[in-house]
Amino acid sequence: MAFPPTRLSVVARTRSDDEETRRVAFAALVEAYWKPIYKYLRLQWHLDPDQAADATQDFFVSALEKDLIARYDPARARFRTYLRLCVDGYQSNQVKAGRRLKRGGGASLVSLDFTTAEGELRQREPSVPADVDELFYREWVRALFDRAVGELRERAESRGRRAMFEVFERYDLADPAAGRPSYAEIAGSLGLTPATVTNHLAAMRREFRALVLDHLREVTGSEEEWEAEARRLLGGGW
Amino acid sequence: MSFLSDTAIARLCEAAAWPGFESGFTVTGVAGRGGSATVYVARDEALHREVAIKVVDVPDRDGRAAARLAREALILARLDHPGIVPVHAQGVLPDGRAYYVMKLVRGRPLDRAAAELQALPDRLALFARILDTVAFAHAQGIVHRDLKPANILVGGWGDVYVMDWGAAQADTVAEHERVVAGTPGFMAPEQERGEMVDERADIFALGTILKGLAGADAPPAVLAVADKASAAEPAARYARIADVADELNRFRDGLPPSAYREPAAERLLRLYRRYELPVLLVLAYVLMRAGLLLWIGY
Ligand SMILES: Nc1ncnc2c1ncn2[C@@H]1O[C@H](COP(=O)(O)OP(=O)(O)OP(=O)(O)O)[C@@H](O)[C@H]1O
Repeated sequence: MAFPPTRLSVVARTRSDDEETRRVAFAALVEAYWKPIYKYLRLQWHLDPDQAADATQDFFVSALEKDLIARYDPARARFRTYLRLCVDGYQSNQVKAGRRLKRGGGASLVSLDFTTAEGELRQREPSVPADVDELFYREWVRALFDRAVGELRERAESRGRRAMFEVFERYDLADPAAGRPSYAEIAGSLGLTPATVTNHLAAMRREFRALVLDHLREVTGSEEEWEAEARRLLGGGW
Repeated sequence: MSFLSDTAIARLCEAAAWPGFESGFTVTGVAGRGGSATVYVARDEALHREVAIKVVDVPDRDGRAAARLAREALILARLDHPGIVPVHAQGVLPDGRAYYVMKLVRGRPLDRAAAELQALPDRLALFARILDTVAFAHAQGIVHRDLKPANILVGGWGDVYVMDWGAAQADTVAEHERVVAGTPGFMAPEQERGEMVDERADIFALGTILKGLAGADAPPAVLAVADKASAAEPAARYARIADVADELNRFRDGLPPSAYREPAAERLLRLYRRYELPVLLVLAYVLMRAGLLLWIGY
């Protein structure tokens, strides 16, 4: 079983003395949070797609300038909540200053695919959670799972285990509305025995779980927060 | 990559949590969820039976959750009684989560089961089985500390299981391993204050359960027993569960529980119910004597 390497909390890494470590950590942070922030600005602050895209990038630039991550205090809030409150602060300042953004302020950080994010917004279920924290949480989990699924696929392919991922894809990832194929059906369509399907699925789920827990470390501010978030996600709380 | 909808994420959460055993058990469903663990229904492939498996949700860094689970399994193993589920095995999943395997109880929590029992004697018979189970644990030096209707399962045959011994206090367990626990509404005042407790903390909870079980229109004698069991001062409660059981047996047999001071009219009525013929004879005698006196006086 190939387990992914254990990641450190991104907050810890953005405080590192090593410049390169800090840079990589910040990039990881942007990668984990840009979509939730973009969608949050669209849904909660009612920005149009262009405004939200610009504000998302500009927010990260200002976070770097103001050293927002290093100023995070785990005793006061969850990191996710802290970052959302920072976005609120940023955006209400923008509104107060009546500022209009120049385009592409922080585009060089990571290339952010706002078109995809916008497409996802259009696909989202009609129910937008009333609670802002819940809204941000859901987008945050979505981004987390998105990345874990992507990495699971890449890792399976790089090991030449495409079939393993396909079992997972058909059983756990397929559109829930379309119903679930049986192990026998999956076995038939992939030319595997049902026992192999069972084993593949168990192995993929185990690796997926490890990836989720690992990525979760990157986006939480402390061990306690990681534990609480993990328990909520994997203890039936979603 | 297609977009992950909320329902797709819910399914992925379940997939990531679903316990994968290398062999031996196939998990088929969820029986219930606790604060830090989930109880799954599984098939024991070797013995062709269904079992329940309690699995820690997320291993924590210092292993507290696993230690608590292991401790609970040990306590269950020590308590060999028909009202307490037997443990079959314990272990660690390939992903590091601790679990233990136990008998699967097909039942409902006490409050729901009791709603279907109309007659007071049936409810008291159910309660007597709970008393017997907890008394057994007390005799082994174990105090449950979190007795409440949700932790008592009633099976289809009226069999009763006292569940969730995760918060139990065992006299053999070192001080630092003791868990702070309990549920407001059922927790004895001394336990709420965080003091060391003894059997009487469970008796308090049982008194509260009895009150709920007997209902608002229960006979005053039963309510008196419940009140005494759940007195605020431990010293004012029954000292042992057997005393509670004796009192309820007295009530069942038509005798007044000692916790209950009976009004004279009620006493006569109770005596009448119990000793219908003798009471009538005594009454007849009294009336006859009275009549005789009147006649003589006349
Ligand atoms: N052996 C069993 N058979 C059937 N159902 C069970 C069994 N054990 C537990 N359950 C169900 O699972 C639920 C949770 O179990 P349990 O009460 O042990 O968890 P908990 O003690 O509340 O969790 P925690 O110890 O983390 O607080 C219970 O409410 C019960 O309905």
